[in-house]
Amino acid sequence: MLNLTVELSKYVILTLMVVYTFYCFYLVRRQSREDQAESLNKQILLIVLMDTTALAVVFLKTRKMEVIVFYCLMMAYFALLLLLYRVLYKKASMLLLNNMCMLQSIGFIMLCRLHMESALRQLLISAGGGVLALLIPFLIRKMRFLRRLAWLYAAVGILMLGAVLVLARTSYGAKLSLLGMQPSEVIKITFVFFMASYLCREVTLKRIIIATAIAALHVVILVISRDLGSALIFFITYLFMIYVITRQFRYLLLGTAGGAAASVAAYFLFGHVRQRVSAWRDPLAVYENEGYQIVQSLFAIGTGGWFGMGLCQGSPEKIPVVRNDLIFSAICEELGGIFAICLILVCMSFFLMIVNISLKIKNPFYKLIALGLGTEYAFQVFLTIGGVTKFIPLTGVTLPLVSYGGTSVISTMIMVSIIQGLYILREEEDEEIERLRRDAIQRAREREQARTGKESVRSRRSARP
Amino acid sequence: MSAPEEARVPEKRPRNREYTLVSVFFVLIFVSLIGYLVYFNTFVSDDFINSPYNTRQDTFSDRVVRGSILSEDGYVLAQTTVYVDGTEQRTYPYANMFAHVVGYDSHGKSGLESEANFSLLSSHTFFIDQMKNEFYGRKNPGDNVVTSLNVTLQSTAYNALGSRRGAVIVLEPKTGRILAMVSKPDFDPNTIASDWDALVQDGNNSSLLNRATNGAYPPGSTFKLVTALDYFRQKGTLEGYSYLCEGIITEEDHTIHCYNETAHGAETLYSAFANSCNCAFADIGIRLGGASLRKTAEELLFNRKLPFDSYKKSTFSLTGNSPVPLVMQTAIGQGNTLVSPAHMALIACAAANGGVVMRPTLIDEIRNADGDLVKKTKPVSYARLFSNNEANLLGKLMQGVVENGTATALLGRGYTAAGKTGSAEFDENGSSHSWFIGYRNVEDPEIAVAVIVENGGTGSEAAVPIAGMIFDAYGMLQ
Repeated sequence: MLNLTVELSKYVILTLMVVYTFYCFYLVRRQSREDQAESLNKQILLIVLMDTTALAVVFLKTRKMEVIVFYCLMMAYFALLLLLYRVLYKKASMLLLNNMCMLQSIGFIMLCRLHMESALRQLLISAGGGVLALLIPFLIRKMRFLRRLAWLYAAVGILMLGAVLVLARTSYGAKLSLLGMQPSEVIKITFVFFMASYLCREVTLKRIIIATAIAALHVVILVISRDLGSALIFFITYLFMIYVITRQFRYLLLGTAGGAAASVAAYFLFGHVRQRVSAWRDPLAVYENEGYQIVQSLFAIGTGGWFGMGLCQGSPEKIPVVRNDLIFSAICEELGGIFAICLILVCMSFFLMIVNISLKIKNPFYKLIALGLGTEYAFQVFLTIGGVTKFIPLTGVTLPLVSYGGTSVISTMIMVSIIQGLYILREEEDEEIERLRRDAIQRAREREQARTGKESVRSRRSARP
Repeated sequence: MSAPEEARVPEKRPRNREYTLVSVFFVLIFVSLIGYLVYFNTFVSDDFINSPYNTRQDTFSDRVVRGSILSEDGYVLAQTTVYVDGTEQRTYPYANMFAHVVGYDSHGKSGLESEANFSLLSSHTFFIDQMKNEFYGRKNPGDNVVTSLNVTLQSTAYNALGSRRGAVIVLEPKTGRILAMVSKPDFDPNTIASDWDALVQDGNNSSLLNRATNGAYPPGSTFKLVTALDYFRQKGTLEGYSYLCEGIITEEDHTIHCYNETAHGAETLYSAFANSCNCAFADIGIRLGGASLRKTAEELLFNRKLPFDSYKKSTFSLTGNSPVPLVMQTAIGQGNTLVSPAHMALIACAAANGGVVMRPTLIDEIRNADGDLVKKTKPVSYARLFSNNEANLLGKLMQGVVENGTATALLGRGYTAAGKTGSAEFDENGSSHSWFIGYRNVEDPEIAVAVIVENGGTGSEAAVPIAGMIFDAYGMLQ
């Protein structure tokens, strides 16, 4: 009976996810405000239903009271976040907010099933992130001087990454954390701010070369720290930002060629790069060593198939670092391949939303920031999902908002709220323009009326014999 | 009123072109991720979930009764009996006969029990039945695995080997289906749990080792196929070679002699192959050199991964710098070369199949408990070892062995055959393992075999008669 319930819940969760994903793309269409609000509310309802079903299953399988407590806390968190945003920022992008909640929900469900303590910690950190998320749009509006701090961003970024390299302890073969934080997650944001502020006003060859040098410094420190995933994210972000700023396709080609050459050099220079590649080419052949992690991940994805094993029915705990970098494999195993495809689509809609915002912003600094952050997000999703499915070599980065990891959650939430801040600014800008235009039209009409009034008076006069 | 807006539009478009391109790029990336996931789930995942390293499905046994393993001709090779109290017992009706190939399911898993574990523990019965079972808390019946193994051929090989140690493997060259696989000494999988400690501690017999796929033997004269092929690849023909065999050859103080020091007299490469003349092949080896032999050997999958990770890699040690005595030894199949019977059988298969090795398979079909087809194995080629021309040439050499060489015992049985014998010396006294690799029906090869009898003497003495019995048995089946 219990098995049957779990089995059925699997399809319920999948259906809710599919419908949610549909709304993500449906909502991009232009429609009236009322329709949009209704669709957004439906999305929220779908999230709540999914969380409820999933955690009910986890509770039935584990019989732990903590699950119920966690469920209540999680619901309170989402309710507060959604409510306060609506009160404080009427102009915010509610679709972006919904997607953030959905991605976090999936993370919470998996963590609750994998490791209760981590789930609670993640929720606590998210609550902290939520406070930031509520403050940041306000700060963005107030702090107009942000665009003038290029050198501060560069200095902070390089100093912190350097500090990690020198001081941090090694975990999973890479130097990542300092005082329990992963600075590279935060530096992702300052890096984009640096690029945007340094290049938003004037673009000379000299400036491009200096920006390239600073970017290269970031990347090199990360490669030496063996944080290959972050190094790649920085590099790609740099490349696309330079392309968008210069509007020269050849920079993109040049950069790609340079990146390819650097990858080949890294392959021959660093043993850990070769290991990743050998684990990618034939993981079963090196199962005992570097292939173990990816093989366990593929076992999980393969065993899950299209519909998954159902929550608490698989063995995702066999995958090393499953809570962090390999959470996607656990999702595939228990919730299934179709659910995972929907998750990728939600991530894609999340990215498209960000680019869409950046397209509409007119201020070049904000425009570049939105694009840079969007690029970082999309490429990170590609690295982690591509890595755990053996599409590309595994690099060990988190799936933003879904994976367990304090710094990752906080920095992604900061990133999202910066974008919200920019979106709100733009909406207000639009409204401002709209108001100005209305005024102008009004004035023009008055003038016209005044003129025609006079003319008609004059013509009437002249008509009079 | 629309004038200011119109003025803005053309200015805005070009500025955003790059942004659009970036978003298109990433949309393609997301789509490729989805595409890969679909591709993985459809085509690749089987390779991984069926890996013996995957222990995930063991938890399935809480909800599924392990399926049966059946032979090609419909006999049960392994099945699970569920008793009234819910306890389960795995039984193997043929006991020792299929011990290695079917394997065991206690103290870990081996053979098909390991390879097909995922299918045996997956249930594809009608979903309403499955839901009913779930509702009542009953286990679902696992899928059955229909193998390519044939009980007649397996028992012929098993009985022919008798109490001797060794291995036999029989395949269809055209499809790669494995029809029989015997390894001795063996064990009884029914009592493996109680015999385990004794089996593991008995270092002399290594009864648990599947010698057919994981034995490592010197190839003896069966290796002369490789030497002859390398000669052909270097010279472009076999016709020009002649040699006067005096029964003994000495180079750099190292002496090699033919079996019983028989002087074969004037020989061509064909007759030297048929006679299995060591002197002539040592001479050929010196002419070819270590580097060339190595290149050809590696093209025949020596030092290379074989179709399955569970198959032992064959080793070949010659290089361009190897000393002449080692080159001579290696060219006649001694030296440091070690092969598994399965690898030699694949070479025979390639010779019989125009140079192409098909991927060897043991599983024909997966059927659900009601007998409905779940999955069927399709033959796929694994590698091309020879050109069609080379395959014909090797076939001709191997026919010579049966017609007027060391395997004439296979003549006059109502079918044609081709093959190569081998006597692989393994100690100083000249004791040797007896080898035969070959195939039945030269015109349209039906089955290929590799037979090794440890300490069985020459190929003609022990291995050829076993191959003959298998070829005969195959004829009776038709």
